Amino acid sequence: MMRFMLLFSRQGKLRLQKWFTSMSEREKKKIIRDMTTMVLARQPRSCNFMQWKDLKIVYKRYASLYFCLGVESQENELLALEIIHRYVELLDKYFGNVCELDIIFNFEKAYFILDEFLMGGEIQETSKQIVNRSIEASDMLQEDDISEWYEVELFG
Amino acid sequence: MALKIVKGSIDRMFDKNLQDLVRGIRNHKEDEAKYISTCIDEIKQELKQDNIAVKANAVCKLTYLQMLGYDVSWAAFNIVEVMSSSKFTYKRIGYLAASQCFHENTDVIMLTTNQIRKDLSSPNQYDTGVALTGLSCFVTPDLARDLANDIMTLMSHTKPYIRKKAVLIMYKVFLKYPESLRPAFPRLKEKLEDPDPGVQSAAVNVICELARRNPKNYLSLAPLFFKLMTSSTNNWVLIKIIKLFGALTPLEPRLGKKLIEPLTNLIHSTSAMSLLYECVNTVIAGQYSCSVGHIKSHLLCVQKLRILIEDSDQNLKYLGLLAMSKILKTHPKSVQSHKDLILQCLDDKDESIRLRALDLLYGMVSKKNLMEIVKKLMIHVDKAEGTTYRDELLTKIIDICSQSNYQYITNFEWYISILVELTRLEGTRHGHLIASQMLDVAIRVKAIRVFAVAQMATLLDNAHLLTGNMQRNGICEVLYAAAWICGEFSEHLENPVQTLEAMLRPKVATLPGHIQAVYVQNAAKLFATILKNQEGNTDSTAAQETSQMMIDRLPLFVQSANLEVQERASCILQLVKYIQKLQQKDVEVAEEVSALFAGELNPVAPKAQKKVPVPEGLDLDAWINEPPSESESEDEQPKAIFTKEEPKHSRPRHTEVDEKELARRREARKQEQANNPFYIKASPSSQKVYQEAPGVEHIPVVQIDLSVPLKVPGLPMSDQYVKLEEERRQKERAEKKKKEKKKRKEKRSGRGKKHDSGPESEEDITPAHVVDIVTEEMPEVGMHLSDDVAQEDQNHLPVRVKICICMFCLCRPLADSEKLPVRSHRAAGAPKSSAEDGEAENATPQEPKKKSSKEKRDKKKDKERDRKVRLRCWKHFPPSGHKSDSRSTQSEGRTVVTFLVFPLPRKVCDIQGNLQDGSQVVVSVIFENKSDSFLKSMEFNVLDSLNSKLQRPEGSGPHDGLTVPFQLPPGVSNEARFVFTVQSIVMPQKLKGTLTFIVKNEDSSTHEKLDFKLHFTCTSYLITTPCYSDAFAKLLESGDLKSSSVRLEGVNMPFHHLLARICFHHHFSVVERIDSCASMYSRSIQGHHVCLLVKTSGQTVSIDAKCDEPTLLGNVLDEIKQTFSQC
Repeated sequence: MMRFMLLFSRQGKLRLQKWFTSMSEREKKKIIRDMTTMVLARQPRSCNFMQWKDLKIVYKRYASLYFCLGVESQENELLALEIIHRYVELLDKYFGNVCELDIIFNFEKAYFILDEFLMGGEIQETSKQIVNRSIEASDMLQEDDISEWYEVELFG
Repeated sequence: MALKIVKGSIDRMFDKNLQDLVRGIRNHKEDEAKYISTCIDEIKQELKQDNIAVKANAVCKLTYLQMLGYDVSWAAFNIVEVMSSSKFTYKRIGYLAASQCFHENTDVIMLTTNQIRKDLSSPNQYDTGVALTGLSCFVTPDLARDLANDIMTLMSHTKPYIRKKAVLIMYKVFLKYPESLRPAFPRLKEKLEDPDPGVQSAAVNVICELARRNPKNYLSLAPLFFKLMTSSTNNWVLIKIIKLFGALTPLEPRLGKKLIEPLTNLIHSTSAMSLLYECVNTVIAGQYSCSVGHIKSHLLCVQKLRILIEDSDQNLKYLGLLAMSKILKTHPKSVQSHKDLILQCLDDKDESIRLRALDLLYGMVSKKNLMEIVKKLMIHVDKAEGTTYRDELLTKIIDICSQSNYQYITNFEWYISILVELTRLEGTRHGHLIASQMLDVAIRVKAIRVFAVAQMATLLDNAHLLTGNMQRNGICEVLYAAAWICGEFSEHLENPVQTLEAMLRPKVATLPGHIQAVYVQNAAKLFATILKNQEGNTDSTAAQETSQMMIDRLPLFVQSANLEVQERASCILQLVKYIQKLQQKDVEVAEEVSALFAGELNPVAPKAQKKVPVPEGLDLDAWINEPPSESESEDEQPKAIFTKEEPKHSRPRHTEVDEKELARRREARKQEQANNPFYIKASPSSQKVYQEAPGVEHIPVVQIDLSVPLKVPGLPMSDQYVKLEEERRQKERAEKKKKEKKKRKEKRSGRGKKHDSGPESEEDITPAHVVDIVTEEMPEVGMHLSDDVAQEDQNHLPVRVKICICMFCLCRPLADSEKLPVRSHRAAGAPKSSAEDGEAENATPQEPKKKSSKEKRDKKKDKERDRKVRLRCWKHFPPSGHKSDSRSTQSEGRTVVTFLVFPLPRKVCDIQGNLQDGSQVVVSVIFENKSDSFLKSMEFNVLDSLNSKLQRPEGSGPHDGLTVPFQLPPGVSNEARFVFTVQSIVMPQKLKGTLTFIVKNEDSSTHEKLDFKLHFTCTSYLITTPCYSDAFAKLLESGDLKSSSVRLEGVNMPFHHLLARICFHHHFSVVERIDSCASMYSRSIQGHHVCLLVKTSGQTVSIDAKCDEPTLLGNVLDEIKQTFSQC
């Protein structure tokens, strides 16, 4: 299973963190620090896999963002790369040509998308369409909520 | 009411939302911390308001700040408030914040149980979904226990969206609350056949995870998964299923068989690399069972992996190497044939790929390629930029060379020079490792000592180059080894005075204490040797000068801060002063001084301690002091970051533990001192000094940075050895070819015209010089230790592993003469293409060698067996380097059981001549299955002669065979030992025997039989026993010995080679050598003394021999003659 997913910029600024197991803040910070230094130190044209303690670290760079996934040692590295890629595709579909700023300013959306795709460290849904559909449906619900709220405001 | 709401909304208009916060942070790059602290103040205000929208906004901002690393745990309760909002928008934010910020120790979690339960049963599926997602991140054992039932109900929810989330979270629940697994499992199993593919894949994921932890329980699901695998087209799911099978196959070999076909189909058909890789991994995991189908699929895997490694995609290269290393464990040979490719990977830009390739190399070395591989690694060491990678290379080189008792090293001079070259690495942490290797080799390989001592003396002479920047340098550890070797084996030193001078230089005082101590002690040993040398001279001033030098230089060490150094130095100083006094009175002291360090250091087998009887009344388990209090053991074991088991460190780092322990004690002491009103606390500065004091490395030393790699003059370059070795082997090969040709001509001129010796095989390589690896199980009690330093060294040295007798034979060179008849015989007996022959030879890289004529016989037997045992053929493994046609070699199958026999006396160490033990001989037999079939129920039987009997277990008849305690899968070899009782050892013996076994194929099994002969030479009853010249002289004078002599003509080799050969093949040791004359000694297991006087003049060698048993002597001489007539 997956242990965590991190998104960070080339400068090492964290853009998203997802922990699939519960961990204390200190442990999280240590991992983030280790990951950013390790991944950023990699030479270009190196392979995308690393060994870190008992975990496999799979990372990939998309434009200015590094996507970094920590998986347990028996996992398939190529599958982990696919997962990263699939997540990028989902973001792309949602934001339309996603860029780092989209994720910075709508960081909660990035989490919601991730939550529909992965859960508890496992792949939840392998079909892109179904993931998109459920995100849309939740967003609709949210908009309903907000419009409802305005109604209350106006007529309550 | 309306006003209030309007007021709230107006408030909100002035609030920052998340976007404003992010923008603000980006605009305040200089004073980010300050800006954020004002934001946090605002957020605190917002959280105090009643309006849930405001609160949700605040929580959302907090979640962002949490990601930036700010502590938001104070807002945990507000997060719970937002979670419990009835509106989905806020609930979503609340759960997101909780999943990011909560962990097991967050105390408000227990307030959430009811809220979550409510959300789980919400009519809105997205409410439920959001609750499940959040829960998956922060579920605690309590929550798992309380909500397990609700979640289990959700697994049968009408909406697939909820079902799949419920299935996935169930895994987390199982982890936190294992009792839930049993009741929930049937439902989980049902979900494997859920109509919704998403739910199905979720169930596969969960069961795959469960099965990885405890595969046994999930074997019963195999048929179901098999069905899923053959029907599913979703690669994501397929990968998981195949991974699951990977966990199950080791438990159920039949499953492995069944899987071969679908897996091979997938490997052939899929275009998805991830799926291909998973299939290959699972096939490799199932390789423990050895059916024919597996061999095919295994071949396919190796092929595919080669393609992966050759790919330009770095990822595939990396994974290919990773998978190769798994194959290496089970099928080393098939990986070895890809050596070229793996060596190429060492040049890769990517460090992780290089490290993987290094791992592989470890398992791939053989006698043949060791030098080449290490040479390549040495080049990389020079190039390596980062110290971590270089250190990794260094340890790998040493690991590779020293594995299985230096099994692959044919030339120890080369190895010593490699070690010396490695000392030039600046800033490595592994000085200690190099040092221990130097010590180990110098002690165990007697023949190398002269060379080693010369090298070490040069090292000591150039010590300034190593210690230049000692502070960050662990390399000075090698000086420890150098000093010790020079001292202990000082008789081999060319210029002992110079070395002594080097060891007493003032600069030595900057070395770490433990190294100085060794310096001082070994200076004393050296001094003793020098005295001995110099006293023979008429001029006594030289000796006195040496004493004076000691007296001048030692006071420096007497002042040392290190107690050990101080103590040794002052003791030795007084001793030298006394010696000087005697010298001035012209008293001869050398003999007495060297008596201080007399005796040879012998390696001690790890089991030796066990043989020391425990004195009566000594209870080793009893506590000497009171056991430490409970509190001491509490704080050990730091918790792993993840709950997983921690990977075991192969090399326990004692120092680290000690440091931790020290720090802990220091802490405890401080605590105690702080609480003690009578204790005057040290000022902070002195505290610091105290903490830093223990490291000698803090002594300020000017660092000299040398950018140019250091070339120490006079040190050898290992490359030369590679070249020399190459030449030597070439010469050997040429000679062999010449002889082969001759033989062939004699036999039949028409046959095997193109019979080339093919690729050089493992057994063709003979060690360059005779290396006497100490193999005896050492004397139980009273080991000779030259002095207390040596004793200390005993502790520091790596545990000396007793080399088993079989290994012993592996190390022995195979004389050129032995192989030739075999080859030609083979060529004449069964015509084969040369490539195939080469392959057959290659297939047995570990074929043990033992110098005696009996092997020839054995080989002949092989041949006979070749013809006798014909089995149904299966596809062969591809011949090395013939990748392309690997699947086409449909040649005749052979069952060749290599069956090499070496009778060797057991208890070689028992030199007391115990007749009881002296009548026993242990025969190690290596059984190698060269066929493609499985061999089992092997039974070994020998026709006893009057003199020699196979020892059988009590109760069995005199003609019963002994069951060989193992079975042999194809390509596997194993060793069994049989004990023989021998009455008289004066004559060589031949025993006839048979081996019966069952050959098992996939569809049939046959009973087969092999006949063989065991040949016990007289030599094999001899034990290498050192003998001092005075004892030797006494023995000769005693007149109890009968003499005999033999002349060898046309021996064309240097005298020391000749001696080495006798030592090696006939277990003699040289007592004394003067020019072209040497005396040698050996002893039989029954205590017969055998003394030789070997003289050479031109090409004639005369051997005069004496022994108390003339028949034995005659036979031994015959055997020696035979050895030399063959070369």
